[in-house]
Amino acid sequence: MSAIAVDRPVFRQTDLHYGGAVDHAGAGRACDGVVPQAASARLSVRGLRVQIAGGVDVVSDVSFDVAAGRIVGLVGESGSGKTTVASALLGHVRHGARIVEGRIEVAGTDLLSLPESALRAVRGRVVAHVAQDPATTLNPLLRIGTHMHEVLEVHEPALGRREREARILEVFAEVGLPAESGFLKRFPHQLSGGQQQRVLLAQAFVLKPQLIVLDEPTTALDVSTQAKVLTTIRTLCGQHGVAAVYVSHDLAVVRELVDDVIVLYAGRIVEAAPLTALFAAPAHPYSQGLLAAIPDVAERRALQPIPGQAPAPGTRPAGCAFAPRCPLRSDACAMQVPGLVRVGAQQRAACLRLDAGPAFRIEPAGAARAVVRSSGDALLEVAQIDAWYGERQVLHNVALSLDAGECVAVVGESGSGKTTLARALAGLGEHANGTVRYRGKALSLRARERSPDVRHQIQYIFQNPYRALNPRHTVGDTLITAVRHFFAVDRAEARRRAEAVLARVSLQPTLLDAYPRELSGGERQRVAIARALVCEPQLLICDEITSALDVSVQATILALLRELQAGGLSILFVTHDLGVVRALADRVVVLRDGRVVEHGAVDDVLDHPFAAYTRQLVDHSPSLIERAQRPDKAPRIVRYAR
Amino acid sequence: MSRPPSSFRKPNPLLDLLRARQVRFGLVLSVLVVAFALLGPLFAPHAPTDLVGITYGPPSLDAPLGHDYIGHDVWSRVLAGGVSVVWMSLVSAVLALTAGTALGLLAAFARRRVDQTIVWFTDVFLAFPDLILVLLIVSMLGREHWIIVLTVAVAFAPGVVRLSRGIALGVVNQEFVEAAEMMGYPRGRILFREILPSILTPLLVHLGIMLTWAIGMLSGLAFLGYGVAPPAADWGLMINENRAGLLIQPAAVFGPVLLIALFALGTNLLAEGVGRVTSRIEEKTT
Repeated sequence: MSAIAVDRPVFRQTDLHYGGAVDHAGAGRACDGVVPQAASARLSVRGLRVQIAGGVDVVSDVSFDVAAGRIVGLVGESGSGKTTVASALLGHVRHGARIVEGRIEVAGTDLLSLPESALRAVRGRVVAHVAQDPATTLNPLLRIGTHMHEVLEVHEPALGRREREARILEVFAEVGLPAESGFLKRFPHQLSGGQQQRVLLAQAFVLKPQLIVLDEPTTALDVSTQAKVLTTIRTLCGQHGVAAVYVSHDLAVVRELVDDVIVLYAGRIVEAAPLTALFAAPAHPYSQGLLAAIPDVAERRALQPIPGQAPAPGTRPAGCAFAPRCPLRSDACAMQVPGLVRVGAQQRAACLRLDAGPAFRIEPAGAARAVVRSSGDALLEVAQIDAWYGERQVLHNVALSLDAGECVAVVGESGSGKTTLARALAGLGEHANGTVRYRGKALSLRARERSPDVRHQIQYIFQNPYRALNPRHTVGDTLITAVRHFFAVDRAEARRRAEAVLARVSLQPTLLDAYPRELSGGERQRVAIARALVCEPQLLICDEITSALDVSVQATILALLRELQAGGLSILFVTHDLGVVRALADRVVVLRDGRVVEHGAVDDVLDHPFAAYTRQLVDHSPSLIERAQRPDKAPRIVRYAR
Repeated sequence: MSRPPSSFRKPNPLLDLLRARQVRFGLVLSVLVVAFALLGPLFAPHAPTDLVGITYGPPSLDAPLGHDYIGHDVWSRVLAGGVSVVWMSLVSAVLALTAGTALGLLAAFARRRVDQTIVWFTDVFLAFPDLILVLLIVSMLGREHWIIVLTVAVAFAPGVVRLSRGIALGVVNQEFVEAAEMMGYPRGRILFREILPSILTPLLVHLGIMLTWAIGMLSGLAFLGYGVAPPAADWGLMINENRAGLLIQPAAVFGPVLLIALFALGTNLLAEGVGRVTSRIEEKTT
């Protein structure tokens, strides 16, 4: 297959499957999206500038409009200022920050000119907010009914208890919760994650606000639940004619939901465009880079990392903030801050090099490697593993095998037991037992019972790079200790090896003296990978190692893993993200409730899932490629009928 | 991957500490009192046990604070009487910290049986009022300095065990500890190189607070007659010796009282200040 540029016709598809809500949104679509102009806009932001102590800009010169019934996606990576903008829409900034300039008008009211008391009346009633993590937003000691009544008591004190309850049940029916009095008596912990998020939605919609701000409300949810919650949000905004701002780092999720997209980078809008225009022909190099960095469930892609990393407030370069990472930069880029210029009918981008052609292209990679079973023994052979969490069994007779040089993905939603499995194989299996063979020899599930020789060959990388490195040790300490623990070398040689391994994960050798707190999330994860590599492993077990990272950083980590795999390393990759699976793995094992429901070659399983559960996972995974546009796939051949 | 030039100031914890007024004040106060106690004997005009005046004699040029209940020079005794309080309180607090931390770490890391046993013993010890425990031991075993120091340490250690176990429990589940476990690092290394540095700050704050308690307890013991034996000079003892003459010769009581109070105040301000500053730092970084 030849390389395909981002502007291939495939993306020109304009009709998106928004379900029943399309009609409502269609009314809004007639007016001009995010391009600032309309006086009729429900939300109008002009020249917003937020500073933190020391006069450092977090957000500069942000202007956009949202019409009633439309949903705008505010997209950016960590540090882009998207959450700051979102909270500013409620007239709030976090402690230490200050709105120094700008106007925020919601339905004609200028929020920033209101005194604090009036602002409090506006919040919830005119502008509602839905938080990221319902588990921490809902008070665990209050019943669901109390949460709901409270909102109405504060904002509509005239209502009696009966009327309030009627309103609550009405909105519960709308958000897809059981509209029963009994349900109101439940406590948050008795609800599933999706239901908790729906309670937050109900809290937001019960007052029929003018504007609703959604701050990554689905990041804590599994893909299936996420898909359903997104549909609900879409329907509600359409029905009530509410303007919505949806903050997210995930373009694939945004694509399922919004009408217009605003891409933020380093506190400025770099591109604002209707959804279809952005995905068909992203104008700004950063947007192009983001799109090219997203692994897609429908197609194996050569993920292209954006070099470098996003600047933190205070370290943003003069001129175009993206210039240092941009392959198209010219001298002028470092001199002047580009303003938003019109690119298409409703598309605007802030770039001086718009004509220089796409900076990043989406390029499909070849198909996954054909799986060839070597005649010899597998590197890792899991005959069966059972594991318990207290009384509850979380792994039931799980079996899998992994050949040398192969990458096997273990996929499942939260609670599927995938992390338990990975930990048991890595030697942290305190409550697991089973029969596992490594290179033909029995392997204990407790690291201390393994021989040092086996221990250094099997390395594990944790999900959260912020907790995986000891904050009190320098990078050098961490790496050198690992070398000297396994190999009888002197300090100088250990340091040399540590430097060499840092080079392998594309980090400067000067970082040896840095403490983890001085590193970004992506750099920390590289150090964690370096710690594993310095032990000269044969098998790398990765537990969701990119889920805490931004998309562009994830792409660099995945590229690194691919490179290592090409060098002969075997990888067991645990994830919930089918896009990542497609990008990286040769074979995949699907786990559900601690049982293997399907396994096989990646392309086979993702293109022609046998199990209903796998099909549901694939269908609910956000994708940037239209279902109808996906090329026909070769039929699945059953290769694993042993 | 290139790193952008960082314009951030490298955090220097010591400088941050000294920037807080409470810490500076506490530090200066503690250092002054310690210096007074350690260097004082060199400047004393008389030996602490010399009888140079009449009972409760008034201040004179020769004795600026007057004389005590049998005619010692109060000024000389105040200068000489701090050493015992200072070294005994310091040593007992450090001993309690070391022993308590070791046990607490072990409990948190080993869990199950070991944890239960250690927690059970600390609970039993905690149920005893500190001062009663110390009085009991001292009256049984005698009033040697090292026995007093040891018993005060024993009285304080259970608190340290509880504290260090509590903080360490939050650290032992961190992934970097699991990583070390998975690598098969020696257990001692995991305890003292991986976990200990992460829990050190609150423990050092606790050391300061224990120092304050120890000063109070040692002075109290001396006052009750279970500490330093007369005729040796000791601040706590002096309060007891001279309380009968409080109205005639108040300096003989208030001199030592003032110094004990200043020392306790200084160490407490220092410890609390350090605690405040470090918790604020942690708030900022997480």
